[in-house]
Amino acid sequence: MLGFIIQRFLQAVAVMAVMSVIVFCGVYAIGNPIDIVIPPEATQDIREEAIRRLGLDRPLYEQYFIFMGNLLQGDLGRSFVYNIPVLELIGGRLPATLELVLISVISAAVLGVSLGIYAGYRPDSWVSKTIMAISVLGFSVPSFWVGLILILFFAVNLGWLPAGGRGETVEIWGVAWSFPTLNGLSHIVLPAVNLALFKLAMMIRLARAGTREIMLTDTIKFARAAGLAEGTILRRHLLKLISIPIITVFGLELGSTLAFAVVTETIFSWPGVGKLIIDSIGVLDRPVMVAYLILVAFLFVTINFVIDLVFAMIDPRLRQGATA
Amino acid sequence: MREPILSVSDLTTHFFTRAGVVKAVDGVSFDLAKGEIMGLVGESGSGKTVTGFSLLGLVDAPGRIVKGSVKLNGTELTTLSDPELRARRGHEISMIFQDPIATLNPMLTIGQQMRMAIDAHEWLSKRAADARAAELLTQVGIPSAAARLRGYPHEFSGGMRQRVAIAIALLHRPAVIVADEPTTALDVSIQAQILFQMRDLAAEMGTAMVWISHDLAVVSSLASKLAVMYAGRVVEQGPTATLLRDPRHPYTAGLISSLPAMSQPGMPLSQIPGTTPSLLSLPPGCPFAPRCDRATKACGTAPEMTMEDNRGWRCFHPVSAFKEATV
Amino acid sequence: MSTANTPLRRFWAEFRENKVALVALVVVALMILLAVFASVVSPQNPYDLANLSLMDSRRPPGFVGSGGYTHILGTDPQGRDLLSAIFYGLRISIQIGLAAGFVSLTIGTTLGILAAYVGGRIEALIMRLVDLQLSFPAILLALVIVALLGQGKAQLIGALVVAQYAYFARTAYGAAKAERGKDYVEAALATPLSTRLVVMRHLLPNCMPPLIVVATVQIANSISLEATLSFLGLGLPVTEPSLGMLISNGFPYMMSGRYWISVYPGVALIILIVGINLVGDQVRDQFNPRLRK
Repeated sequence: MLGFIIQRFLQAVAVMAVMSVIVFCGVYAIGNPIDIVIPPEATQDIREEAIRRLGLDRPLYEQYFIFMGNLLQGDLGRSFVYNIPVLELIGGRLPATLELVLISVISAAVLGVSLGIYAGYRPDSWVSKTIMAISVLGFSVPSFWVGLILILFFAVNLGWLPAGGRGETVEIWGVAWSFPTLNGLSHIVLPAVNLALFKLAMMIRLARAGTREIMLTDTIKFARAAGLAEGTILRRHLLKLISIPIITVFGLELGSTLAFAVVTETIFSWPGVGKLIIDSIGVLDRPVMVAYLILVAFLFVTINFVIDLVFAMIDPRLRQGATA
Repeated sequence: MREPILSVSDLTTHFFTRAGVVKAVDGVSFDLAKGEIMGLVGESGSGKTVTGFSLLGLVDAPGRIVKGSVKLNGTELTTLSDPELRARRGHEISMIFQDPIATLNPMLTIGQQMRMAIDAHEWLSKRAADARAAELLTQVGIPSAAARLRGYPHEFSGGMRQRVAIAIALLHRPAVIVADEPTTALDVSIQAQILFQMRDLAAEMGTAMVWISHDLAVVSSLASKLAVMYAGRVVEQGPTATLLRDPRHPYTAGLISSLPAMSQPGMPLSQIPGTTPSLLSLPPGCPFAPRCDRATKACGTAPEMTMEDNRGWRCFHPVSAFKEATV
Repeated sequence: MSTANTPLRRFWAEFRENKVALVALVVVALMILLAVFASVVSPQNPYDLANLSLMDSRRPPGFVGSGGYTHILGTDPQGRDLLSAIFYGLRISIQIGLAAGFVSLTIGTTLGILAAYVGGRIEALIMRLVDLQLSFPAILLALVIVALLGQGKAQLIGALVVAQYAYFARTAYGAAKAERGKDYVEAALATPLSTRLVVMRHLLPNCMPPLIVVATVQIANSISLEATLSFLGLGLPVTEPSLGMLISNGFPYMMSGRYWISVYPGVALIILIVGINLVGDQVRDQFNPRLRK
């Protein structure tokens, strides 16, 4: 088991190293940020001063090593635009994003798996057909459009829920959270629904496909031949058997939801990292872009690593194969 | 004859597919006495497995039992509600499948799976259930059974897994077991072991068996009577010894003469020409006619079962080991 | 039972049975026709600035503008007739979706089959890259690439291709690898047939069914991704608005009740995407032998 963990860990580190190079080169090939940071009427001296200060006069590989050296010390540089450490900037925005993403993904998973199992178990009932129709919509309709419609309906027309912002927040361990207050919660609802809809559709499809396939296997037929009640078969056999693909996708989706939060945060003016990155791309604030991408890559790699560990824990074949 | 424990008559199961109606089981009838073993023989696609599923009411959509009756201990199974049927499955009638790797759930321990099968029919404490499970495992020949309850299926060999499946099927000492080629996927040496162990266990528990197989040699060493299926129909049935010695249906005769034991050393095995017809587009009349060298115009209509003493066959031109029969 | 004999006819006969998919196919075909003949069916050329009048901007559906005709769906902030803008926008969205889809299909399939066929180091290299990319959300990749390359049609298509080729590569690789291992391919390779022939005759045709399914889904995805990027202000220039850009333009006016500017282009976009996906779903179900009854 330990060997397995170490092996996966080394893989994760290697992927991170590759990602950092790609991200760095990619981002640093974009435009010339100096035009944005300093006013066009500035003198040549001020220009060169700024270029030196930002380290833009050195060769790319040198910039990379300086960047990596600083990164390992927890220093991701300063934002060209806000002129505060990037880590502080992103750290301040991260809780808002995490809050939104976790609420969306968890509710999408719980609801989606239940609906998907039902749709896979009774594929011909009208309820299942309705569920599938909804999932086709959730899958196809671009998320920004859903956001618009949610705002149009619930905020503009009905006036039930606020259209943007985080609302009242409560500080827990020095970090502001929206969900504990009623007002904050009312602000979360629309963006969370918006963000969750795609994941919900995905979970429904996945659980349905898995259920349909597994219900045809001899394992289920044998359980029925032994006289097991359908409820027991679903709870004990089916749920265990579909858990592996679902956990994989759950993990991957956790990461991609972080990315999709970019769209939702923009629509609902949710002050998270997604909105920050869109603004930073607009003004070519390189350190923020690099830090954001590296952060996302890091989260991805970490999530994949954790999923591997979870697999090893739930699948007896893997668990023992890894010990041997 | 003794009072039958399982009585099947005119059992007919069809699959209503997009491409048409597949007549997988067509008018199958037989009786099984307490403790009796019947072999159900046929090529793959002849409907023997679907017959097995039909007995337990386990036919999946788009299949359905369209007519006929299955009486278990005097109770008609085909008209029972789902919960009533479930209460009998695994309790009074159970089934074993061909591939033990596919039947057991790889994510649950043997003990968990056996306890689920026990809990389905009676309430026992965990300890009592474990004791019952271990007892059954010991009976089917698994050593240090109590410890192995904590094991997962992948820790067992194929033969051992099949023994576990058999133990699960026997947990409630059912009156009837349907065994669908349970030894086909196993090594030859283990096949024979399991075969005779099951025969002994069935005798010990008074359990009757329907042993489904494509292998006439295996079945005839085990079963006291045989039913030979072809294209969804039983074409011949009767006591094993009688059928082997004196087959009447040309298909049965063909099966027997293609047994390796029947051939001369060094001579090629005899075989039946042609292939099984598709169940979607059966020829009118006797489905075997296109492959039969005795077929005449009469075979354009389907022959009824001709009964004689304790045997029967569906053929207008039966063969006989002793005399050439004519119609 | 159908009397169909060729595989294509049989496929079509089965497809026809799903009424929803059939309707979807008709709708998609109709939208493509509208896009192709946008200049004929539109009351106005929305790209011709001379036609536009600020007097006509943000008018509700049914308004009769300075052009003397009724704006059935109203006008946008630049004073464009929304119906015309939607037809032209459809054209851009479909163009970009198809272009990105086919380029990704070509690149991805080539890489996938190459990896499966050649094996060894090249296989490992290609597939590692593909897997790494697949674990990364497409929208983020597209976002970065667009930021990197700047705005414009070609750049946008490039970004979509980079974000999507990996799906094709994975699919082609899986199918080709499975086929490569089969005895008949080994046998064909053992004969003095040229490698190209084996790949073209055996590997490629067997990859086609899953690739067609992925292609329909990815074309719909490209269209949706393009709209999303345009909505975020990273897509095409405002002068030739795609559907996403039209929606984005209308967003600020939604709060004040001028819903039509965003809603109608959005409805067109969704009908298109849902239509393609429904067709794709049916095709996938028909290709999946396990679901066939």
